[in-house]
Amino acid sequence: MTSSRRNRTYYTPNDFPERGYAHHLGDPGTFPFTRGIHPTMYRQKPWTIREFAGFGTAEETNKRFHLLLAEGQMGLSVAFDMPTLMGVDSDSPRAEGEVGRCGVAIDTLQDMEDLFKKISLDRISTSMTINGPAIVMLAFYIACAQKQGASLRRLKGTLQNDILKEYIAQREWIFPPRPSLKLVVDVIEHCTHHLPLWNTISISGYHIREAGSTAAQELAFTLADGFTYVEESLKRGLAVDHFAPRLSFFFNAHLNFLEEIAKFRAARRIWAKKMRNEYKAKKKRSWLLRFHTQTAGCTLTRQQPENNIVRTAYEALSAVLGGTQSLHTNSMDEQLALPTEKAVRIALRTQQILLHEIGITEIVDPLAGSYAIECLTDRLEHRAEEYFRRIQEKGGVVPALEQGFFQKEIAHAARCYQREIEQKKRIIVGVNAYLQKEESEIPLLTIGAGIERKQVARLKRVRKMRSPQKVRQALEHLGEAAKTEENLMESLVEAAHAYATLGEIVEKLKRVFGEYHQKPIF
Amino acid sequence: MMKKKKKIVLAKPGLDGHDRGIQIVASALKEGGMDVIYLGLRQTPEMIVNAAIQKKANVIAVSVLTGSHMTVFRKMMKLLKEKGIKEMLVTGGGIIPEADQKKLSKLGVGRLFGPGTPLEEIVSYIKNWKGSVS
Repeated sequence: MTSSRRNRTYYTPNDFPERGYAHHLGDPGTFPFTRGIHPTMYRQKPWTIREFAGFGTAEETNKRFHLLLAEGQMGLSVAFDMPTLMGVDSDSPRAEGEVGRCGVAIDTLQDMEDLFKKISLDRISTSMTINGPAIVMLAFYIACAQKQGASLRRLKGTLQNDILKEYIAQREWIFPPRPSLKLVVDVIEHCTHHLPLWNTISISGYHIREAGSTAAQELAFTLADGFTYVEESLKRGLAVDHFAPRLSFFFNAHLNFLEEIAKFRAARRIWAKKMRNEYKAKKKRSWLLRFHTQTAGCTLTRQQPENNIVRTAYEALSAVLGGTQSLHTNSMDEQLALPTEKAVRIALRTQQILLHEIGITEIVDPLAGSYAIECLTDRLEHRAEEYFRRIQEKGGVVPALEQGFFQKEIAHAARCYQREIEQKKRIIVGVNAYLQKEESEIPLLTIGAGIERKQVARLKRVRKMRSPQKVRQALEHLGEAAKTEENLMESLVEAAHAYATLGEIVEKLKRVFGEYHQKPIF
Repeated sequence: MMKKKKKIVLAKPGLDGHDRGIQIVASALKEGGMDVIYLGLRQTPEMIVNAAIQKKANVIAVSVLTGSHMTVFRKMMKLLKEKGIKEMLVTGGGIIPEADQKKLSKLGVGRLFGPGTPLEEIVSYIKNWKGSVS
């Protein structure tokens, strides 16, 4: 159990008060959606199998995308390299050694065009995992779609765009919290008007959990972030029923099987109640918490890596029993390197086995009514509410993160978890029990050293072929617009078409917004 | 003579912010009785080496999860050599394939610890390392 309190041996009807089925649970597809957002769930529409991929140059990742699509994957999910995630160009000294290492390098629109070569953007759905410079990457994507001749109104996908959890957990921010939040709302506003099928944000608990939080903290902090985005969008003057249907979520599927299922169910109920009762949303779609799930990377072990296939399968099963809309299953070798094609294929097959072979798609929310599951769901909801109160007392999410509240809570939980492993109170097979003298060796993916040189050369070519005057003009427009309250999306799309680099754009914005530093906690 | 406390400079080089591991290691080293200076995120090899020299540290330990370990360690070793520092243990952890660990070991880098290493192993390795402190 990753939460601090231990479960009871068994649960009975006395463990939770009678609150009425319709009010507290409801049928699948009805308020408060504890049991799922659709009445038919996977019977009618299976979850989207979406493996996160990206490495090297855009051309190489494009090849992996074509492979995944050919293997039956339904949507694409782009992993960017660290320089891209931090808004740094591949030819900057700060990018040295990191180009194309843990994702694909995207410096300009040209890279985006190559990434989606022979993939029609109006026919697929694309998830882009990026936060600090998320709005810039969306501008590149929009510009790319325009060049392909795709209709923006048909673009489907998700931009992670969740900056709050960066300050809370993953620490990949560029600007200070307040201007960052402004950019998030710019995306929400622009997409609400122009990209109606686009998920404007993926409010993420995944990274909070990976940083070491408990299930209750993941649930509470993620939803608190979600409410903050809702409130900021309302302040912008957007109508709740216009933007809320396109907010999406992203959770972690950790090892504690039953608690995880309860977490997903609790998340849906809390969100639905709050959206209807507090934010007065009228549309059903605004009440729905739709989410992507990824199995927990932090539960994979370097020792006996094949065991990770089994861990991942159980985690994936909890996500499916919890009613996820899409799923990424990790590969067995990710504690050692980026995954090989074979490891990725096994991860993909794990989902296909769940989908087709074990009958789990036949019945919606089959664990409902289990004393234990319902009691755990209630308990997680209560703990989340306790956290909401504490966050409120600190003045809301932004002041709380500026005070280091979340960071300290998570660091404490991470230390407790580690201590339990060290003291063997928590057994991890192959790590603190059932050790093997000879570790099995599996083949690993190596990223050629030539990648960085190749990408820098690509960028140099773009810098040469573009019109310096157009770039200068576009960046000037952007700089001026950034000083006002104006939505920056249009200026960014203009800069993308001028082939301004990500780094040039981010530097321009830094001059207006400033940078942010956080005191390390340990 | 009383043994002086070992002084260790910890850092996250590069652009990555995943610091769960290094925070936990920092706490464990502190509990293990060492003088721990954690520089935090986004440190360049220059910043780390300079800080270690300035603070008169015995040990540099960095966490690299992004695959940029070869660049980072090579640079730090080169800088230390240029500055004539020989008695500094350079160690660390992260996602570092064994083949690369061997290459780095030849350059004089100390042990590198992967995921799942017991904290005790890291603490006792650093504690027992016979450096300049006596």
